Amino acid sequence: MEFFRPTSLSDACRLKSEHPDAVPLCGGTDVMVDINFDRHRPESLLDLTAVPELFGWSRYDGHLRIGAAMPYTAIIAELSAEAPGLAIASRTVGSPQIRNRASVGGNLGSASPAGDALPPLLAVDAEVEAISAAGTRRIPIHEFFLGPKRNALRPDELITAVHLPVARGPQQFAKVGTRNAMVIAVCSFSLALHPDAGRVGTGIGSAAPTPLPARKAETFLAGELTDRWAEPTDLSEDVVRRFGELVAAAAVPIDDVRGTAAYRRHALSVLARRTLTWTWADHIQRMGQR
Amino acid sequence: MSVSTDTVRRTPGGVGDSPVRPDGTFKVSGQFAYSSDLYMDGMLWGTTLRSPHPRARIRSIDVGAALKLPGVSAVLTHEDVPGEKVYGLEIADQPVLAFGEVRYQGEPVAIVAADHPETARRAATLIVVDYDVVDPVCDPREAVGHPFWKQVHDEPGERTAMSRDKAPVHPEGNIVRHQRVRFGDPDAATADVVVHGDYEVGMQDQAFLGPESGLAVPGEDGGVDLYVATQWLHVDRRQMAGALRLPEEKIRLTLAGVGGAFGAREDLSMQVHACMLALRTGRPVKMVYSREESFFGHVHRHPALMRYEHGADREGRLVYVRAHVLLDGGAYTSSTPAVVGNASTLGVGPYVIPHVAMDAWGVYTNNPPCGAMRGFGAVQAAFAYESQMDKLAAAVGVSPVEIRIRNAMSEGSILPTGQVIDSPAPVADLMLRLEAMPLPAPAAADIRLLPGGVSNTTHGEGVRRGVGYAIGIKNVGFSEGFDDFSTALVRLELVGDEPSVLVHTAAVEVGQGLVTVQAQIARSELGVERVTIAAADTQVGSGGSTSASRQTYVTGGAVRAACEGVRSLLIERAVQRYGEGEYRLVDGQVESLRDGVVGDIASLLLDGAVERTAEWRHRPTHPVDEHTGRGDAHVQWAFCAHRAVVDVDVELGLIRVVELAAVQDVGKAMNPDAVLGQIHGGSAQGLGLAVMEEVQLLDGKLRNPSFTDYLIPTIMDMPPMRVEVLELADPHAPYGLRGVGEPPTISSTPAIVAAVRAASGVDLKRVPIRPEHLVAQGSRH
Repeated sequence: MEFFRPTSLSDACRLKSEHPDAVPLCGGTDVMVDINFDRHRPESLLDLTAVPELFGWSRYDGHLRIGAAMPYTAIIAELSAEAPGLAIASRTVGSPQIRNRASVGGNLGSASPAGDALPPLLAVDAEVEAISAAGTRRIPIHEFFLGPKRNALRPDELITAVHLPVARGPQQFAKVGTRNAMVIAVCSFSLALHPDAGRVGTGIGSAAPTPLPARKAETFLAGELTDRWAEPTDLSEDVVRRFGELVAAAAVPIDDVRGTAAYRRHALSVLARRTLTWTWADHIQRMGQR
Repeated sequence: MSVSTDTVRRTPGGVGDSPVRPDGTFKVSGQFAYSSDLYMDGMLWGTTLRSPHPRARIRSIDVGAALKLPGVSAVLTHEDVPGEKVYGLEIADQPVLAFGEVRYQGEPVAIVAADHPETARRAATLIVVDYDVVDPVCDPREAVGHPFWKQVHDEPGERTAMSRDKAPVHPEGNIVRHQRVRFGDPDAATADVVVHGDYEVGMQDQAFLGPESGLAVPGEDGGVDLYVATQWLHVDRRQMAGALRLPEEKIRLTLAGVGGAFGAREDLSMQVHACMLALRTGRPVKMVYSREESFFGHVHRHPALMRYEHGADREGRLVYVRAHVLLDGGAYTSSTPAVVGNASTLGVGPYVIPHVAMDAWGVYTNNPPCGAMRGFGAVQAAFAYESQMDKLAAAVGVSPVEIRIRNAMSEGSILPTGQVIDSPAPVADLMLRLEAMPLPAPAAADIRLLPGGVSNTTHGEGVRRGVGYAIGIKNVGFSEGFDDFSTALVRLELVGDEPSVLVHTAAVEVGQGLVTVQAQIARSELGVERVTIAAADTQVGSGGSTSASRQTYVTGGAVRAACEGVRSLLIERAVQRYGEGEYRLVDGQVESLRDGVVGDIASLLLDGAVERTAEWRHRPTHPVDEHTGRGDAHVQWAFCAHRAVVDVDVELGLIRVVELAAVQDVGKAMNPDAVLGQIHGGSAQGLGLAVMEEVQLLDGKLRNPSFTDYLIPTIMDMPPMRVEVLELADPHAPYGLRGVGEPPTISSTPAIVAAVRAASGVDLKRVPIRPEHLVAQGSRH
């Protein structure tokens, strides 16, 4: 096995184009497990831990650019106000040790339907920044996931960052697991309210071959909220329940070792109702303080 | 405590103190050398090829390609086993390496030694095994229902020297053991109030630290040295001697660093394999299982299907219990007969019941073999009988505590086996003490402390509080007539002018604390503070198994007996030197009861060291009758009771255990800190069984052989505990002590389930509880 350790993004990019089969390695929380379990024997590894451009974050034009290798611990500490959905999801990732190493870039690269960071990225219409020798491009998050553990990245590309708008409304994330910490999602749900745009965004995790939005639920809720953003009042139980039903209906779950399809649908409807209740209450409070 | 005892001088670090574990700091700081850390220059790495099928006939095995791989030194199959091709604790029926047929997924088929572990693993993939796959028997009801139809074994296994001689075990068909207990007139008994229940316990894994590993070194005498993490060196050696065709004295075992065991190391894993490879290659061979392989490499807790019927009068006083307990033993016998013995003889709980009809079966299937795990048959039954006691309480309209007190056994009570409980049995007292403990504060404001924890699933919505109680009974030590003994060598000598004790036993430290207890006993008995515990090995007689909560009792008894011998010899010297009188040894001094301190121990040792070896047994037990269960099967009983307080998110089916309270009678707290550690740890293991731990099977195949999906409690799942420890001396036991390790595992599971039932209103029949059991699917969309 060959092992590359570039110290700049340009070197990393060159190595990836010369060795398109090289598996990028940063936190190693997925890659090392695959190697140790003998599920994958890559010919070469591309260690990105010495590429400074991949760490850290910046802010521009109401947006955030979060480096692909920025660990979840740093996201929680530095971006809880700007990216609250992602920060809440980051708190549920693995153990403290794993959060010190693991990053959004890893979740995107693995493209597992259970990646905790992915539903909040869907809910805010994030974009994935990828680089190759040919240059940089941005891939909308909704076009990024092609199938279970398959993404839209070309073999010569590396994920460099993720772009998302600075939050202008409440965001939530909730995840069901059968343990109270350090657990893979049985299912998860993220909700973002975008009052300025009059829209809502959603993301479902672990209940379909890929993370996916609940489009009908978004449209329904945006419609219900159309005239209520400025002077919000309590939502009726019917609206909340209908939203939950539509989220559950958007999922395509299976029975597996972690839970049944029927339970996943049920749990998603509960998570959808609760996150809607929390975010709307938050919005009412914000408007009241204005 | 009386005032006068305060003035009596004691040797520091003795019985009743809490000296710290010598290995504790190393383990916490990551410096402890586990068996997987063993290393020797020039060693080879062994690996195991395992069956992918739960059941298949082997047409052929071709090792040619594997042998040709550069770096490979040996590839061995059943044809290379030098001696007996099968081994086992009670019944020799488990192949060292499969021949003819494989009977469970993960059964070892071939072993490889190579100069690198990766090379060994690659070579294993080059071995071609031609399997003729057969439909496995996966349902124990099918196995027992048609004992001669779908047989897992064509031939019965052979009894070993470990078999409880007269215990009713004669495996035929798929039934390993069927034990009946009949007490009173259960067929005729009728009652005003009757409650029924069907219960199920899933397959739990011991999930110990430090997967199976060891290093085998060929000896110049044609024998072999094995450094290994295990539970019973001498029984490993006996089984190895048969398989390797070597005299026992040519097999020398030394205990390597053990992470934990909980029963999973009682059967052989890599011991024979590593030695076969070392003897064949003439080089040291190390084998280390991965966590995934570990799930295939050891026995699990027996899953159970149980049907109970309890009859009582209108006040809730039990009239009869009728029970069926079906235990899935998997593909090989392991300790299934003894597990059936416990489940049947202790299967109605710590209650006085006039009429009992209990039938317990252990059966073969093509599921993974099941054997010893903390609680050993008592865990499964307790989930059923404690669930029944709660049902009965509800039916007669009294509290869970009251129903248990009304039926509690006490000293002098008679078990359904006819055996008299002849030591304290404070069942009612334990319940009352639990009930008197304050309850924790209402649901927390910190969402991390609500069901779902850090996953942010509720901010209080759907959360209901519940409280549940349970109590269990467990036998201590080996039962049913087994010759259960330990050996200890104790040597007192001057080391650098200071008196120093060496204690040498083959008893295995698996984290439970024997390492401090042995030294504490030596300090108290010999009045010498400096004690060295020699490495456990087979150079001294058997210490018996580190299981059945028995080591402090039995090896502790042996150490005390050896110390008494040493002390007598030393006091003879004192009499010669200081004249007739009564002397005791304390804190390095020789004390005359009449004249006070007359000299020091060191001066008595100038004439040379004093050494004694003692073999010590607990009082004998007896087999039970196959048809009635009659017999004094047990040496001692231990009792622990739990109160669980839980918060349940009834909409999502998620659970957080808010508090566990426990009261346990330990007879004598030899090391009070270690006692608390056992109660905390045992309670956590019971919590795991209640709410998350299960080896999931589909058609005989493991679906979750890793810690990704076999979940064990984290610090966010295990709550703070209130613990009360009682010390009611058992007059038959050394220091009055009772075994501590297993009882807390037994009662925490049913207490938590009772609390979840109380919170949710759902009649739960199975552990572990899964969210979908609590949520009526579709009803709340």
